[in-house]
Formats: sequence, C-alpha cells, structure tokens
Amino acid sequence: MKLLNSEISPRELVQGRRGVLRHLLASTSALALPSLSTAQALAPTQRPGKLAPLPSKTSMLPGAQTMDKLTAYKDASGYNNFYEFGTDKSDPAANAHTLKTTPWTVDIEGLVKKPGRWALEDLLALSPMEERIYRLRCVEGWSMVIPWVGYSLAELIKRLEPLGSAKFVEFVSLADPKTMPFVGSRTLDWPYTEALRLDEAMHPLTLLAFGMYGEILPNQNGAPLRLVVPWKYGFKSAKSIVKIRFSERQPATAWNKAAPQEYGFYSNVNPEVDHPRWSQASERRLGEDGIFGKKRKTLMFNGYEAQVGQLYAGLDLKKFY
Amino acid sequence: MLMQRALASRFAKPCVFVLALLPLAYLTFALLRDALGANPAEALLRGTGLWTLRMLCVLLLVTPLREATAWAGLARLRRMLGLFVFFYALLHFVAYVWLDQSGQWDDILRDIPQRPFILVGLLALALLLPLALTSFNAAIRWMGASRWRGLHRAVYLIALLAILHFFWMRAGKRNFDEVAIYAVIIGVLLAWRLRRRFIRTAARPETSP
Repeated sequence: MKLLNSEISPRELVQGRRGVLRHLLASTSALALPSLSTAQALAPTQRPGKLAPLPSKTSMLPGAQTMDKLTAYKDASGYNNFYEFGTDKSDPAANAHTLKTTPWTVDIEGLVKKPGRWALEDLLALSPMEERIYRLRCVEGWSMVIPWVGYSLAELIKRLEPLGSAKFVEFVSLADPKTMPFVGSRTLDWPYTEALRLDEAMHPLTLLAFGMYGEILPNQNGAPLRLVVPWKYGFKSAKSIVKIRFSERQPATAWNKAAPQEYGFYSNVNPEVDHPRWSQASERRLGEDGIFGKKRKTLMFNGYEAQVGQLYAGLDLKKFY
Repeated sequence: MLMQRALASRFAKPCVFVLALLPLAYLTFALLRDALGANPAEALLRGTGLWTLRMLCVLLLVTPLREATAWAGLARLRRMLGLFVFFYALLHFVAYVWLDQSGQWDDILRDIPQRPFILVGLLALALLLPLALTSFNAAIRWMGASRWRGLHRAVYLIALLAILHFFWMRAGKRNFDEVAIYAVIIGVLLAWRLRRRFIRTAARPETSP
C-alpha cells in the first residue's frame, strides 16, 4: 500500500493547491464576479479525455465546492449502481454502451402550468453550466467525491411554473429492455422512479447534471441527464431521466416499493439511523481511505446540514428515514 | 490409468497444494497492482468468500468422482482440500473483521444481529474449526474412527450453511443467479451421498447372512 500512496501523492499536492484556490474563490465571490473567466481559467477538474467536453464555470453556491479529494474518474465511472445494466458494480460500465442518448427528450407532466416535451438540447441551453463538487454517499456504506456539471433543478422547475397544489416531483428513468439488458429483472419494478418533496427539488443544491469531470456523463453514470441530491443516499439521484411529473400526493419510489422498511422516501444521509441490515455511522471513501484503514464517520445530511437542515425542521428523522 | 499414476505420484499433493493457492496469489497480485476495482476491500471480502465456496465444492466432489472413476488416489487429497476450505474461510473471516469492520469489535457485535447472514457464516466457520483441528492421523486414533467420521460429517451441514450465508447475503438485491449455480452444485453432491446411503441401507439386509 505504501507504494500506491507514493504514486498518488503528487496528485494530492496538486489537489491541495487547487483546493486553496477554490476556497479563496468561493469565499471571495465578489472578487470572482467581475470576471467569470477567472473561474474558467481555474477550470477545476482535469478532463479525463474520454468523452465530449462540457464546459462550465465553478459554482459559487455554498456547499457546492467540497474540499475533499476527488475520486479518480476510473473509479467514479467504473463502480456504479445502475441496475438496468446489471447488479454488479462493474456491470454498468461493461453493459451501458448500448444506451442511446440521442435523440433524448424529457416529458414534463402533472401539476405545472407548462407541461410538455423538452429536447435535451433545450435543457442543455436552459441555464449556464456549473461545476459542483459533491460528496456522494451510497446507502451501501461507500462514498465518492465527484465534480458534476449541470445547474440547479430549480432553474428548470421555475420555468415550468408548478401549480400551488404541486407538492412532490417524481423522476422516471428510462426503461428500455432493448438497450438495458436487466430491465425486467425481479430486483425492482421498472421503470426506476424516484421523487422529492417540491421544496427539496427546489433547493439550489439539488442538481440536474449533464456531465462530470468536465465532460458529458458516461452512460453508466446516468447519461444524458440525471439528478444529484448530495445530502441523500445515492439511489435518490435518478439516472437517465425521461419524465418529470409534479403531483400533490407522495409518489411511490423504486427502492421504497421493493423494501419499505429498509429504504424510506426521504433517505437523507443520517449516521444515527441505521439501515436495518447495517450501520450507517461510517463509510469507506473509495480510493482514499486505505483498505486497511478505519472508515470515516458519516456526516449528518452528508455534511450538507448547514444548507439543508432547515428543510427538515421538526421532522422526526427516525420515523421519516 | 494415466490419471491413476498421476494421483499416486509424489508430485500429486504438491501440485494440488500450489493450485489451491492460486486464488490467493491472484487476489494478492491484483491488490498490489491496484487491479481490484474501486473498492478493493469489498473485492477481497467477496473473493475470499467465493473461493471458500468453490473449495468446498471441489472437496465435496472428491468422493463422487473417486467412486465414478475408480481413481482411488483422489482420497489422498481430501484432507488437504478440506484444510484449504478452512484456510479460505479464515481469510474471509479476517477480511470481514479487518477490512469490512476495521477491526472494531464493538461494531462487529452490533453488526451481527443486523445481518443474520453473518451469524450463519460465523457458525459455519465455528463448525469448520474442530474439523481442521482433528485433521491429522493421530486424531482419528484418539477419537476412534467412527466418532471421527461422525464429526467430519459436519461438512455437509457446513456446506448448507455456506449456501444459506450466500443466499441471504444476496437477498437484499434479489440477485440469486450465482447463488443458484452453487446451490445446484452442492445440492447434487449432497443428493449423491443421500442416494448412496439409501442404496447401501437397502442393500444391507440382503448381504448380511
């Protein structure tokens, strides 16, 4: 292991330096305002050079620039839960090449003034792309740090003008048996659906992501567009979204339907509420915590309590897990 | 005939010994080369578990294969293969305690009731221990052959526990394809023994005077 550590130490150095820059940038947003090109010049993440670039500016949103070390692209794109392509973590990277991401449309349905069908190109052009570095905590007990590219889902929702009666937003993933070999497996009901309360969906940290590591999303990470809700367990962040529906009543969600006692509707990261089959108090940061080292403590709301804690004021988080 | 001679050769055991160490060599090599994927701890935990199960299948195959082929020399390999089952099970246990739970005994004590399949695995390991401890020749003399044989029949129970452990572990994702393969293999190997026992019992009254 020592050998491996010495191999990666130069990158740590580089990232440390970049972290300082990013920190300066985020804490002195006034300084950064006059020239967004400064942010661009600091283009935080080195592109892996695998897919088309997706330019963005560094997000100034509080919480959107974690100082943690980035997970290696090969890990973030090679170790995925995307059951439509198989249940093993390496399956999506091996199988998702069949996914066709163009043309792609997203249907907006339900309680909004402006329902309709959106082409991916229009969604891409809707709002300026930002790079946000979020921690990703999987309900299984591992975590990553990923530089996503996208914009706040709220930007889209505002344009759709939800009706007063709209209380929830549901996200439906593609379920195409022709290109997704494991759609139809008995693990879950297909299509995969997820949902948020409208105020959760409107929270600026809730990201509609189109890319990561400065490039468009790899298929196995939920191309061409996905949700990223950094304070919730990873499965809440629906991939390859084809439909967004606004409703008054709380929609059923995929994992909650499969095992309601294990996966609640909220599924906020919470070290104090264990999964019935394992503790959620700690996590293994992939590629960072040495395999023989101790796991790190999981943070309340995955470390985003300052930003999102007020959404749940007065809510019994043990009951509404 | 060739197989008979190969099995009787003094190289047979060292060869099997080296073969049985290959999975460990592969896992070690892959770990050092950083080739176990994004979560090497998980890969080692699963790899050692899977190889315990595979060794168990190989072990249970010895007797049916010997009777089907009359390769009597196979019997000489049984003890070593049995000890390898224990060896990989022990590695699996170490991987759980050290890599999965970071050696935190209080965490482990809390983990076990939450994940009953871990209890099943621990039970299988606990049953393997007396078999490994009585695997040398003198133990057969001390215990008496029939008692020794009775004790070592526990391996059938261990095989069932191993399958239950695997099944329960995968139940969370309802991903039973791989479990089914091993369940069928172990099921066939155990059914073969039941059938043999049944035939022998049925044949006994006729052969006795």
